[in-house]
Amino acid sequence: MNRRSTTRLVTLTAATTLAMAAMAGCAPGGAGADDGGDGDVTITWWHNGTTGPLPGIWEDVAQEFEAEHPGVNVEQTGYQNEELQRTLIPNALASGDAPDLFQVWPGGELRSQVENGYLMPLDDAIPEAVESVGATVNPWQVDGETYGIPFTFGIEGFWYNTELFAQAGVDTPPTTLDELVDTVGALREAGITPIAVGAGDKWPAAHWWYQFALHSCSPEALQAAEAEFDFSDPCWVEAGEQLQEFLGVEPFQEGFLGTPAQQGAGSSAGLIANGQAAMELMGHWNAGVIGGLTADQEVPEFLGWFPFPGIPGSDGDPTATLGGGDGFGCSAEAPPECTELLAYIMSEDVQSRFAASGSGIPTVPAATAAIEDPNLAAVAEGLAASSFVQLWFDTAFGTTVGNAMNEGIVNLFGGAGTPEDIVTKMEDAAATL
Amino acid sequence: MRQRIEIALLVGPALVLFLGFVILPVLLAAVYSLYNLPPAFRWEHLADPERFVGIANYERAIGNPEFIRAIGNNFVILALSLVIQGPIAIGVALLLNRRMRGRGVLRLMIFVPYVLAEVIAGLSWKLLLQPQGGVNAALEALGLGFLQRNWLADPDIALWTLFAILTWKYVGFAIILMLAGLQGVPEELSEAAAIDGASWWQIQRHITIPLLGPTIRIWAFLSMIGALQLFDMVWVTVAPTVRGMATETMATYMVQQGSFGGQPGFGSAIAVILFLISLTVALVYQRFALRRDLAGSITRGVR
Repeated sequence: MNRRSTTRLVTLTAATTLAMAAMAGCAPGGAGADDGGDGDVTITWWHNGTTGPLPGIWEDVAQEFEAEHPGVNVEQTGYQNEELQRTLIPNALASGDAPDLFQVWPGGELRSQVENGYLMPLDDAIPEAVESVGATVNPWQVDGETYGIPFTFGIEGFWYNTELFAQAGVDTPPTTLDELVDTVGALREAGITPIAVGAGDKWPAAHWWYQFALHSCSPEALQAAEAEFDFSDPCWVEAGEQLQEFLGVEPFQEGFLGTPAQQGAGSSAGLIANGQAAMELMGHWNAGVIGGLTADQEVPEFLGWFPFPGIPGSDGDPTATLGGGDGFGCSAEAPPECTELLAYIMSEDVQSRFAASGSGIPTVPAATAAIEDPNLAAVAEGLAASSFVQLWFDTAFGTTVGNAMNEGIVNLFGGAGTPEDIVTKMEDAAATL
Repeated sequence: MRQRIEIALLVGPALVLFLGFVILPVLLAAVYSLYNLPPAFRWEHLADPERFVGIANYERAIGNPEFIRAIGNNFVILALSLVIQGPIAIGVALLLNRRMRGRGVLRLMIFVPYVLAEVIAGLSWKLLLQPQGGVNAALEALGLGFLQRNWLADPDIALWTLFAILTWKYVGFAIILMLAGLQGVPEELSEAAAIDGASWWQIQRHITIPLLGPTIRIWAFLSMIGALQLFDMVWVTVAPTVRGMATETMATYMVQQGSFGGQPGFGSAIAVILFLISLTVALVYQRFALRRDLAGSITRGVR
């Protein structure tokens, strides 16, 4: 009989199915969209604390905040860092169903999130918390507005095994690049793998190039690169040449191209933890990672820290250091309680507990005194002595250029690229923005 | 009328899912691929004329030696799968098709890798193939220490190691397919040939394998498509650095550039190229190799 009724039926079925799917999709969003009225408010909080003492601290913070604010419910969840940064948060933001309080990475990522209106400006809501961390908050600002507050910030340096150094007859940590090369030689002679690098994950290898670039490039060249992606200064190629020369002395463990940075005993942090390599260039978080990879889950006694050595005669500011931190920001649609929770996280009390736990270096200066771990204290000292801290280049340049840069650098590590290739890749990626 | 309602009811949900989750994303990817999109992109970007770049993303992909190498890796794996996995599968299936003790256990063991989740299998191999892992330890214990390699971290051999893992994982599936195909080969033919004085080898060569043809062709088709779309095993087992240098496939390159490299437009262009390559291979293969097998099974002009 009639084709029309059939068509209609199909349409109806299709429409019903779609409507049902749409309703099912909306349900969790609807429940989470509490607007801070008289009823209960739920704040969802995503962070990267999954190992060590950090998850416990955040759990306590959430409970204390709930206790002080009746009717407020804090749901905190820790996710693996890269998963959170690359997948979970971007997807949640794009789908319009973002958590209220979440980890905000400075630099390029922050800029694009602000451009899309995803983040809540914090200066008017919690000015004291913003001011409490001083200039450390700068990377989390866009055009003078603050969109995130770092709870930890530190610099990169060498985590080394003092016992292995002594075994190789190295009494004091190197202070110049030449001394570092000598140290590598002495360790090799003593039959010790001098340096572990998790080149399999790309960024740990890339950090070596960042250090050479930081020490080769004048502050103006760094500024031009970050603001306009101008890599015309010859220092960017020089950084690669210096790295290439350094790779020539074979400082790294065997098969470093496949070594992960943090996972398992075979990772670069694991090699340090188990005394199979003497040092690793890594960020301020590394003590915690190494501690998690030892048999007794404790930070080993032999661990020491020294800053990246200077390169005499180079253009770079010798007291500049490379570093970064972790910060939290609120989603643009978050209830006002979100900023209150953030202010509580930034309170001296919580910051001191964070510092005392050895999780990292707090950003509130008064809390720094609570650091008990001698290595963290050394990092904090190095941070205090830096004239300025350059944000990790991949963070500072944003995802697109940062990814291209890291690919170029690992190619150099693998002998499949030249110093010029790195700069070309960065310029090509910048041209697509 | 009633029949039509039944058809609509039965087909409707599947059709909606198919259109919504297969066809629509494919079309959307084609649209995205014409734009230069930022990492955190919104619908509004598609309305921005400055973001429309035409086929620039495609030109960039085709002119990119890394992507060309990724396509090459896909086709190397495709060719190796056909040339190496096929004969192994047919050989083992012929052996297992005979009556012998423990046949059931053997079949089960061969099929186990295929049943394992890809990520679990991949992680296990990743641990076994580490420099200080189980494989190297086993070689040492057997007095074959000189064969020790850094299996997954040496760019020169990583692709071969990966192919070995893939073979271990998928040959079981091929064997089961072949065994099923062998059930359809009538025993009378072999018996008749044996009475006429044919040897076991001659029987296999001239009777069993030709009659296994349809199964082999279907398996080859599945294997080719699998090789072209290979993603998870590469992603899980090989460290990103080595992957970029030696074992990148089209799918991993797509995720690396589109998602991790923050270029959804470029990633979509790669997705479309991957789709077109797979489609071309599939259509050509169906047209020339699968035609006889499919004759009669494709319904045409049903009234």
